[in-house]
Amino acid sequence: MEFLFNLILLLFLAAVTIGIIGVRNLFAVVVLSGAYSFLMATLLIAMDAVDVGMTEAAVGAGVSTVLLLSALHLTNTEEAPAKHSNVLPMALALLTGAALVYGTWDLPRYGDPDTPMNSYVGDEYLERSIPETTIPNVVTSVLASYRGYDTLGETAVIFTAGIGVLMLLYGRRRKGDDDEGGDRS
Amino acid sequence: MRGHLILRVVSKILIPFLLMFALYVQFHGDFGPGGGFQAGVIVAAAFVLYALIFGLRAMQKIISPALLEIAVPLGVLIYAGVGVYTWILGGNFLDYNMLDSHDPSHGQHLGVLLVEAGVLLTVSSTMLLIFYTFAGRGR
Repeated sequence: MEFLFNLILLLFLAAVTIGIIGVRNLFAVVVLSGAYSFLMATLLIAMDAVDVGMTEAAVGAGVSTVLLLSALHLTNTEEAPAKHSNVLPMALALLTGAALVYGTWDLPRYGDPDTPMNSYVGDEYLERSIPETTIPNVVTSVLASYRGYDTLGETAVIFTAGIGVLMLLYGRRRKGDDDEGGDRS
Repeated sequence: MRGHLILRVVSKILIPFLLMFALYVQFHGDFGPGGGFQAGVIVAAAFVLYALIFGLRAMQKIISPALLEIAVPLGVLIYAGVGVYTWILGGNFLDYNMLDSHDPSHGQHLGVLLVEAGVLLTVSSTMLLIFYTFAGRGR
């Protein structure tokens, strides 16, 4: 049953991706990428990664769709026709995809308890987390307590990314304001 | 979106529940899935919805960009500050056991709570600030 559910979700994902490639109207592309994120969030929840699913739904389907729409507001809604032949990029994409699929052959079966990631530190965390921290959710105790340094780093990454985007957009807006003062050509 | 009565009424009803859910995800992170990152993006999504329906100006009256510019680094500072505080108390950096001298597990709970609050602040205000600058450029 779960296999069938996942298969249907993955087929939908593939259909949406093909739709994104085929459609030239950028508004439709933004809406389709929102749908892609929602399907991805559902798939993540089906894989029991509820917190990742929540983030995907809020960021991927919610906020970034809005950001893409406001970016669309500043450009054309129709994709410009390609100036060069698409053969080389297509071949590159297919090659990368083939390499990724080849890479999955070596991956352990999903949820296999004997993998390195589930057998060394993972066991330690599961055994020691509740006696040591008394936080029932092991994910939270690993994220915020045992690996607090990493999460501090992640927060710093978000901070840096935010500052970077702001510097780019603020700078451009000031230039735009100057243009509006003069004659528009 | 002055004319869209249904959208306005529905989002007015939805937004309190969105914020409530974000707070639930934030403070229930010790027991169920969730935490600062998830709660932060849900808060940002709720405010973005408000700005979409009632306009960017109305949103900026509630939370001004200047306030967000303070909140983005403040979250990182809260997080790092907890680490420095445990240092001062004699432990390692981010050693939450130091936060409560009687019961280390209370210290752990307090430490995680503070750290997640810092994450929530940085994540939600960064997303909202990026939205502000994007949306503000269209004018």
